[in-house]
Amino acid sequence: MNITINGELLNVNNKALVEVLQSFGAAAPFAVAVNSEFIPQSQHSNYVLNEGDSVELLSPIQGG
Amino acid sequence: MQTKGCLTIYGEQIKSRLLIGSALYPSPDIMTQSIVASGAEIVTVSLRRQQSAAAGDDFWQLIKNTGLKILPNTAGCHSVKEAITLAKMCREVFATDWIKLELIGDDYNLQPDPFALLEATKILIKDGFKVLPYCTDDLVLCQRLNELGCEVLMPWGAPIGTGKGLLNSYNLKTIRERLPDTTLIVDAGLGLPSHACQALEMGYDAVLLNSAIAGAGCPITMSRAFKAAVEAGRFAYKAKAMPEKDVAAPSTPTMGMPFWHQQ
Repeated sequence: MNITINGELLNVNNKALVEVLQSFGAAAPFAVAVNSEFIPQSQHSNYVLNEGDSVELLSPIQGG
Repeated sequence: MQTKGCLTIYGEQIKSRLLIGSALYPSPDIMTQSIVASGAEIVTVSLRRQQSAAAGDDFWQLIKNTGLKILPNTAGCHSVKEAITLAKMCREVFATDWIKLELIGDDYNLQPDPFALLEATKILIKDGFKVLPYCTDDLVLCQRLNELGCEVLMPWGAPIGTGKGLLNSYNLKTIRERLPDTTLIVDAGLGLPSHACQALEMGYDAVLLNSAIAGAGCPITMSRAFKAAVEAGRFAYKAKAMPEKDVAAPSTPTMGMPFWHQQ
């Protein structure tokens, strides 16, 4: 199944969001959106990705 | 209007009237020292795609170690949907319902989109956010944001990063006059401590800035200068300035002047 994470095209075997994040190397703290919709952390373990989904994995950065 | 000693942001009392950004510093160490030197109690941060987990975590640890309150922003968002999604992500990561709502309408001057700003504000407030909107110095826009429930408004002094100061002091003064009970913070466009002082002198409750300190030759020293300027401006506002006149009036007494009318 093809998805994108942070704009990077990936072919993944697992559809579980939490496992895809782990294999991508996501390091806390972070927040996740799929197809521009925020996915709360409480839903990560049950969230299933679909072909073509676009995942955004965001972490703190400097801001003005 | 904030007449007592503290700045009030959604019911929270803040002693410092300077809010500081965390971006653009020459190094993480200078960022930390500048933030501390400013005396600020609120620092702005953002979220971006995770690149290097270690680098992002280092930054976040530095900010957390300052012990300051966090004000996350939605910088770079161009649509209501983007801003709302990013605000929700910020709320989870930073564990705060404060959001500095930025919604850009034009990339040339990074001017906020007033229409999208109203729409996003309405949605976010309904969702429990405490919105601090970065807006233009348009009175009616500020009134509408206030009516939606914004207890804090942040009109620009000038476009972000320009350092031009208060480009339209008439508009800013009018907003102050018309919204006397709203916390008003000049956000963006300041370049000099005197700009911050002017904002406080006219009754603004605080200023938020980043580039003016981070882009200075010595950010740490400039940070101290802004701290002093904000304090001076607030003192001046409380002291009530003398009325401006068009005609000169001598300050030294003329009574007993020697050589009077001798020429």
